Amino acid sequence: MFESLTEKLGSALRNLRGVGTLTEANMADALKEVRTALLAADVHFKVARDFVERVQTQCVGQEVLKGVAPGQQVVKIIHDELVRLLGEGETNLSAARPLKILMVGLHGSGKTTSTAKLGKLLKKRGYRPLVAACDIYRPAAIDQLEILAKQEELSFYADRASRDVPAIGAAALAAASADGSDCVIFDTAGRLQIDANLIEEVKKLRAKVQPDEVLLVVDGALGQEAVNVAKTFHEALSLTGLILTKLDGDARGGAALSIKSITGVPIKFIGMGEKTGDFDTFYPDRLASRILGMGDVVSLVEKAQEHIDQKDAERMAEKMRKADFNLEDFLAQMQQVKKMGSMQSLIGMMPGMSGVEVGPDAEKQMARTEAIIHSMTYQERRKPEVLNGSRRQRIANGAGVKIVEVNQLLKQFQQMQKMMKMMKGGGGKKMMRQMEMMQRQGKGGFPGM
Amino acid sequence: MFGLFKKFKDGFAKTVKAISDQTAGIFFGKRIDADSLEELEEALYTADFGVETTAEILAEIRKAYTADETLQGRQAAEIGAAVLTRVLAGAEGALPPPATKPTVIAMIGVNGSGKTTTAAKLAWRLKGDGQMVTLAACDTFRAAAVEQLKSWATKLDIEVIASHPGADAAAVAFDAWQAAKARGRDYLIVDTAGRLHTKGHLMDELAKIRRVLQKHDPSAPQHRWLVVDGSLGTNSIEQAKVFHESFGLTGLVVTKLDGTSRGGALVGIWRQLKIPIYFLGLGEQAEDLQPFSVENYAKAVFGLDDQKV
Ligand SMILES: Nc1nc2c(ncn2[C@@H]2O[C@H](COP(=O)(O)OP(=O)(O)O)[C@@H](O)[C@H]2O)c(=O)[nH]1
Ligand SMILES: [Mg+2]
Repeated sequence: MFESLTEKLGSALRNLRGVGTLTEANMADALKEVRTALLAADVHFKVARDFVERVQTQCVGQEVLKGVAPGQQVVKIIHDELVRLLGEGETNLSAARPLKILMVGLHGSGKTTSTAKLGKLLKKRGYRPLVAACDIYRPAAIDQLEILAKQEELSFYADRASRDVPAIGAAALAAASADGSDCVIFDTAGRLQIDANLIEEVKKLRAKVQPDEVLLVVDGALGQEAVNVAKTFHEALSLTGLILTKLDGDARGGAALSIKSITGVPIKFIGMGEKTGDFDTFYPDRLASRILGMGDVVSLVEKAQEHIDQKDAERMAEKMRKADFNLEDFLAQMQQVKKMGSMQSLIGMMPGMSGVEVGPDAEKQMARTEAIIHSMTYQERRKPEVLNGSRRQRIANGAGVKIVEVNQLLKQFQQMQKMMKMMKGGGGKKMMRQMEMMQRQGKGGFPGM
Repeated sequence: MFGLFKKFKDGFAKTVKAISDQTAGIFFGKRIDADSLEELEEALYTADFGVETTAEILAEIRKAYTADETLQGRQAAEIGAAVLTRVLAGAEGALPPPATKPTVIAMIGVNGSGKTTTAAKLAWRLKGDGQMVTLAACDTFRAAAVEQLKSWATKLDIEVIASHPGADAAAVAFDAWQAAKARGRDYLIVDTAGRLHTKGHLMDELAKIRRVLQKHDPSAPQHRWLVVDGSLGTNSIEQAKVFHESFGLTGLVVTKLDGTSRGGALVGIWRQLKIPIYFLGLGEQAEDLQPFSVENYAKAVFGLDDQKV
């Protein structure tokens, strides 16, 4: 198991404690760790190296602020730089009408699904989209788009007899203007960037239909390959944006940083699920936190929504946001967790808990945590502050655990609440400090979580 | 059937070239020095080998270099290939003749990894070996997934059992097994819907497919293969772990290695889980499925393949 980036940064930056000024020498170890950590998050080798160099330049010479652990400054610089990099560029789509969008990418990256999602989104924004099936290779790809178009009530164009992709594109444009569509999205076949024939084909399609947007659709879990892919597609097609898909999984998404650094093309949308509604605008800070393993409350809540009814989920999100989250909520949430499957992936999304491994004993541990909370009165669950020594002992007895376990649970719950408060205040710096503190104490999670 | 073997060879030659492109420059015609070691590190990382394997290979080459400064590129490549061969020892999966009929092979994995294509390729390959195969279209979720498999089946003239979109995947598997049994088929290949490993309820559906098949035959599905996109990075290890935990994987197929991706993540998966790798996917045609060979892979990565040199 790769350690989470946050954890790695934590240990790397610990070495910086006690120095007066950041220098190349005293940061060397830490930055090496940072590089390794970025690599483990699938950031491309060269991109990771450049990124670290840039961060180093920004850090060297800075005085270590009093009252702040030296590492925190560095973490903040890294995070800010990452947000800046990821967020550069125009994330809105072109305002042209009719709006023509060409979707391109490797096999299985999610082009067809994203075409339907984008169609749905633009329809909501007042366009009349037509989706055009230009994947003549993969069996039933045309059927797939047709079914999705029908489902979302989008106009659809295909020519099942034709083998001439640019001609299909041109005919789709004609069909669009005939039926009053003011937006055409071209779904194309998956192709390898080294497949000269297919790259030539899509270039011709591009020349023919003159799209306003050329969007590269990329699997969020793509590895080092991301750079080769993005470079070639960009050179051949002058991309205008990226769509990062399958981020409802637990991939760190380091490929996004690679592609962004190499092409400079802005990330425009994020795919968060298989349903046509699971499409999101892109928030650089969320992705930066994800790459850095800092957790993503929003995704956590979204995940929860699949299993919990809407009202419950909203209530929970609200509570997390307001940091008004008590042990009873926690218990309820833990019971949901059981329904939600992989604990590990869930925990990765919790602030400050990304490094916590769910071992084989996790289920047992979770049961103990549950038992502890069950042994509390409702009042105690809502206001854990009232838990004095004798109450704690009673709870320990009731749950059949040692009192230290009760103490540990409460302490960690407090930390979690603090994290939520900081996130609520948007205090990135404070949050960093908190994270550092939690790491210093060794663990950032609940027992059993 | 004519030309099948040649196609295999071509496909593999393509990979060989792709994998060795970057390293060949370092390994041939010169002595190793500090610069080339750095280049090598980059090449290993960009092959998605991950931190651990990269460090291990580099350490051995460095050790040899310290002992003998005249170390040649070719020798360094051989050391690298040897480390990789050692790390991957035992990683070759070989499909035994079907012990029971039908022997069930389930294809599982995340969305778009290549399950359906691999199911078709595998059916085609087994058919070529004289086996009788039935395909089960258990992706009842994704739009036109059933049509996709059916279209392959028609093209390759292989029987497929399918139901309507939205049907219960486990029920389709159940019926398909029955049909395959009644017709005396050797293999039943079950194509399933793509699912991210992080989605518990979808993982439950897989367990259900298994349970239902076990009503027919407690040992079914005998083979539970994860189909992994070879261009993914470290997350494929995470995928393999979770699928393994909930479904007990018996094998791996790594796809899309006809690109420039070197598929190094398979090394990480093997290191952690010791699930054998049966095939590599090398293209979109029925014959683009290559049995995995540790020796060929290790040689290819370091540009030592005889076809190339
Ligand atoms: N280049 C290449 N493409 C592949 C390979 N295997 C599958 N594909 C393509 O990847 C895409 C997704 O494959 P599919 O079988 O539908 O994936 P599934 O969603 O897992 O069933 C399709 O366009 C396939 O043609 C491979 O080995 N090489
Ligand atoms: Mg499929």
